[in-house]
Amino acid sequence: MKIVVCVKQVPGTARVPLDPVTHTIRREGTRSVLNPFDSCALEQAVQIAERTGAKTLALSMGIADTELLLRDAISRGIDGGMLLSDRAFAGADTLATAYTLSMGIRRAGGADLVLCGKMAVDGDTGQIGPELAEFLGMAHVTQVTKILAVTDKSVTVKRKAEGESQLLQVRLPALLTVVREGCVPRLPSIRGIRAGERARVPVLDANGLGVDTGRTGLAGSPTQVVRTFMPQRESEAVSLGGSAQEQSTALISLLQEVGTYA
Amino acid sequence: MPKLHIDSALCSGCGLCQSACAFGAIAVAGKRAVVAQSRCILCQGCIGACPRKAIALEAEKPDSVDSVHHKGVWVFGEMKDGNPHPVTQELLGKGRSLADDLGCKLTVAVPGLDAARYSKTLIQAGADEVLLCESPSLAQKLEEPFAELLAREIGERRPEIVLIGATPFGRSLAPRIAAKLNTGLTADCTELAVDPETRLLLQTRPAFGGNLMATIVTKNHRPQMATVRPGVMAPATLNSDRRGTVRHAEYDVAYSAVQLLQRIQEQTDSDLSAAQVVVCAGRGIGEKKNLRLVRQLAQALGGTYGVTRPLVDLGWSDQSRQIGQTGWSVRPKLLISCGVSGAVQHLAGIGGTEMVIAINNNENAPIFSAAHYRVVGDCVEILEQMLLELKARHN
Repeated sequence: MKIVVCVKQVPGTARVPLDPVTHTIRREGTRSVLNPFDSCALEQAVQIAERTGAKTLALSMGIADTELLLRDAISRGIDGGMLLSDRAFAGADTLATAYTLSMGIRRAGGADLVLCGKMAVDGDTGQIGPELAEFLGMAHVTQVTKILAVTDKSVTVKRKAEGESQLLQVRLPALLTVVREGCVPRLPSIRGIRAGERARVPVLDANGLGVDTGRTGLAGSPTQVVRTFMPQRESEAVSLGGSAQEQSTALISLLQEVGTYA
Repeated sequence: MPKLHIDSALCSGCGLCQSACAFGAIAVAGKRAVVAQSRCILCQGCIGACPRKAIALEAEKPDSVDSVHHKGVWVFGEMKDGNPHPVTQELLGKGRSLADDLGCKLTVAVPGLDAARYSKTLIQAGADEVLLCESPSLAQKLEEPFAELLAREIGERRPEIVLIGATPFGRSLAPRIAAKLNTGLTADCTELAVDPETRLLLQTRPAFGGNLMATIVTKNHRPQMATVRPGVMAPATLNSDRRGTVRHAEYDVAYSAVQLLQRIQEQTDSDLSAAQVVVCAGRGIGEKKNLRLVRQLAQALGGTYGVTRPLVDLGWSDQSRQIGQTGWSVRPKLLISCGVSGAVQHLAGIGGTEMVIAINNNENAPIFSAAHYRVVGDCVEILEQMLLELKARHN
């Protein structure tokens, strides 16, 4: 069995402070890290490999130094890495990214199981998984909380749905997106770190991957950002000042006024 | 090839773009910002950060689009256990106003036979046409047969806009359809409007993980697809004078790749979307044990409590209580926000609230921009006072 885990490099801080003077975002001192949801996908893949002897590959699309994340994945038990990196991939929206990743998976010889994090913490869309599954012609299940059983033909999973959990049996090949709850990603082992350093991580550009560059990067992205702006301040709020006790009394009178508390 | 261009005549070398770049792709050298193209992922986070508008994206985009042949607004009418999901009525409200602005029809596509008896309500909520999709494969609510059927219908009837609720199901269904149709999809929009000149759908959502909003368009592909979280848009008001048509679409989609073995009900005490009073705790609550105060105030006011994402990340609370873009969207009558700084992702989840009371010790906290009442102070101290006072009054 072959498992491909798709991972993304994201900015190190989820919360970006605003510059109080210029009202622009400040990202000083941030560094890039592995998307936390993806570390759970990697962990799940390693656990399946330990049980079944499956071969695992970490795949990413990103700038050249994303290679370090792939080596880190190898140090945590993943068998190999592959990086898709080209200026022609930059500016990709979810559709163009999913297309590029699908070409990477084809290039790697396909997969029986593809694992992704539920979403990336910088974009928050959660769209890559289902779009990638469609491009690969696979079934998909989102928000998987547990992978209960894996055979050559199917996986049995538990997923979070609205107000309920569901047990699903999914025929392979399939793509799963995993949540973070209950996941403790392992630390790199000494042996793993060596393997990560030694591993040959192929870096494929648009040519090497054989993609249609009309479908990658900015050129291949149907959506485009036309404007960014600060949310508008609606109206000046009424201030309740004084000591904590005075503020508390004012708040309770206010709650009484609006009928929340009688 | 598209790339970032910095106009050196406009650039003052202030370095704000360098701070805004999460990938270390911009550096200030010789009082001018320069881009290391090999590190730049064209995320465009720096463009909004530049106070002098010196940064632009250089790209050639094909501008041919077959948009004249696409007409109409479609809404996916998600059902939940045999009834329309509340988000359906919210999408119909927004869909109606978009269709009016465009001068076109609003269609709601609903799956399954049980939906038939809701046709009248859906028309009263704004639909001109109810499309009843019937197929044995839709008996179980699984994404792929739904995606297959809807993509076929959309491909045939060519609406210009398709809106889907960002429920757990919709968030999984919509990208599958977008990929089938090879078109753009914008997740979790907080505002949708039509540009009167271009007829393009202006899709606004929080962006770049910062306190910025981005407006996104799908210029050259149809349909323009967007998801909207439940609770973000106001539900349509029913009008019993409205008339509309009902159309049936029958499909024989064979599907067996995913099988639903079992559904396990979970307790729904943390359903925040319908709550009338919500008390929300943020990082300013200081310690995990102080969450007790928030819970107690919520209880005293007959409401429920929620938390922000940092508290979930810290492990202080379950994700099922998270309010914000990736958690619940709430629209209560009253929200008391305690120690919440007000990141744009959080604000996206409280937009429909009637009255916001914000307590925060930082007078510059962005939460105050969304507040009707501002209380600058230590939220723990104020909560303790309030609980004491409420208890005293009760006795």
